[in-house]
Amino acid sequence: MHRFANPARFHRFSRRVQPGLSLATLLSLGIGLWLALLQSPPDYQQGETVRIMYVHVPTAWLAMAGYALLAALGAALLVWRHPLAALMARAAAPVGASFAAVCLLTGSLWGRPMWGTYWVWDARLTSMVLLSFLYLGHIALSRAYDNAERGDRAAAILALIGVINLPIIKFSVDWWNTLHQPASVARLSGPTIHPAILVPLLWMAVAFLLLFILLVLVRTETEMDRRRLEIAEAA
Amino acid sequence: MNKYAVFIISAYLAVFVILGGLTIASLRARNKTRRALAERGLERRR
Repeated sequence: MHRFANPARFHRFSRRVQPGLSLATLLSLGIGLWLALLQSPPDYQQGETVRIMYVHVPTAWLAMAGYALLAALGAALLVWRHPLAALMARAAAPVGASFAAVCLLTGSLWGRPMWGTYWVWDARLTSMVLLSFLYLGHIALSRAYDNAERGDRAAAILALIGVINLPIIKFSVDWWNTLHQPASVARLSGPTIHPAILVPLLWMAVAFLLLFILLVLVRTETEMDRRRLEIAEAA
Repeated sequence: MNKYAVFIISAYLAVFVILGGLTIASLRARNKTRRALAERGLERRR
């Protein structure tokens, strides 16, 4: 990992993988959408609304994984004071926030026909809203100071404090009596859903994961170039 | 997709608007900074 922590090396690596990653993202997204919208059968309970799950579930996973990444980058910044960690965190926060927003919106659109309401303040939904606020707080804090380094450190501390919310999101459906259903894929005893629904879900998860990585790489490159411009203009 | 079509279409529309918008904005910002660096002769060698 430390090898890629060198900004010049990271920049070269990022530029080299972006074309292939873009192609893989488009391809997996195409296959995922074809399976999700045209090939998968309606669920015996949810009917056609199961198709919303193919975008809702992967975006929820990635919103949580994105925040774990922010916390890891925050630790790298505070412990090793690595500037690349700060730039990548600045790049990743809006991506994670967007995935969290998609998760909340699609969940709400699924909730209306299935639960009869767009929203309930149950533990899973509330902790997910808190995650999106943590993302917004990170974005705001990192840009709130004239001195970028101070902003990055404050955001890193928030990322480390906020990471406690991740197990709360994951286990909220087990710890409290919630309207949201318990885990059906990420379980120690294996998934409980039929392969006809699991396969499109996993294809969409791969497509969104590749998109997430691509966006973080592109945005990190932009942050690095922006910082380079600022230094050149200040000189 | 019957009576639930409006919810399914809205969900996929939200995905394309938010994530598509973010992708376009990210690529445009990257190209803009690349151009700005090139104008100042600071572009990175591949």
